[in-house]
Amino acid sequence: MAEESWPGAVYDLLRAHGVTQFCYVPDAGHKVLIDRSLADPDVHSVPLTTEEEGVAMVAGADLGGQRAVLLMQSSGVGNCINMLSLTQGGRFPFLTLVSMRGEFGEGNPWQFAMGQAVERVLKAMGVIVLRAEQPADVVPCVSAAITMAFQSGQQVAVLLTQRLIGAKKF
Amino acid sequence: MARLSKLQTASLPDAVLDRRQAVPALIERPGDFLMVAGLAGTAWELSALTHESPSLFGLGGAMGAAPMMGLGLALAQPKRRVLVATGDGELLMNVGALATIALQNPPNLTIICVDNGHYGETGNQDSHTGLGVRLDVIAAGCGFPVVHVINTEAEMAEGRRLVREGGGLTFILLRVKEGPATHDGKKNLVPHIERDRFRAALLG
Repeated sequence: MAEESWPGAVYDLLRAHGVTQFCYVPDAGHKVLIDRSLADPDVHSVPLTTEEEGVAMVAGADLGGQRAVLLMQSSGVGNCINMLSLTQGGRFPFLTLVSMRGEFGEGNPWQFAMGQAVERVLKAMGVIVLRAEQPADVVPCVSAAITMAFQSGQQVAVLLTQRLIGAKKF
Repeated sequence: MARLSKLQTASLPDAVLDRRQAVPALIERPGDFLMVAGLAGTAWELSALTHESPSLFGLGGAMGAAPMMGLGLALAQPKRRVLVATGDGELLMNVGALATIALQNPPNLTIICVDNGHYGETGNQDSHTGLGVRLDVIAAGCGFPVVHVINTEAEMAEGRRLVREGGGLTFILLRVKEGPATHDGKKNLVPHIERDRFRAALLG
């Protein structure tokens, strides 16, 4: 798959599997998905003020029989910690795509603390973590996560690693 | 000794209503709604009010979740009316959710904040609203098209009408005195059981 085509393929995959609520705190790594959701009359595109709102919204969507996805940057994982007691305790299907900072080639020292803690924090709150390191990994990882979340009722994060999306230039 | 003073801008009168009467009086027909209730008092009192209806998802934790769960539910079920009832402390924890919800403007969502001005479950400390923070002004500033404050019995009829008729996205601030919520429902709220029974009743 061409390097630049995976974001669009991920959007198509999510839509093909019935995801109709896209909630997010904007991040450059999710630009294509956010723009696609805004242009799609058949979905709800929901900008959040903080990522934990999205955890609760995903659970509410499930109560109503819809599928949702939370798009966030690695720093936002830290804002979700206690709210993940809702998805874990309630056994809500939970799918999040996390664009990573604070790892491969990071140039902003502020990003490391949370970026390096993301996997441990998610796992500590019962979220299964898949890592996409290369363009060819992304669609298989998201596809696997969709099955794990919506068919098996698990809480799953796909990390879009900094090696995949590129370190932000300063 | 450190003391917190009431804001100089505090402008609402002292609360006089008793939540044990005011909440059932406001929500006359709970069977009309899919409901999410925040921890802890509102979850207990809606559980009692609805006789543990499966159309109620009651939270015993995840403080700050109730309004956004209501949004996800309201967007997923546009033909049903969705009611969120939650306390001032729970709402304040994720007060930005009001901005997020107003941008979506789901016409089938009503949020009732049962505002006792205190953190009733943790030692009855003053909450921000008890010291004069105005959640109704925040909701209006976020863009809620309908905002109504119930300070006394005099404002209750309009509140009842708004809840009954649902004229678009609505925020109702129900100001109540300190004091216990009705608690004769379930002793515990097990989250995955709450989820399963809610979904089974709604989705089959």
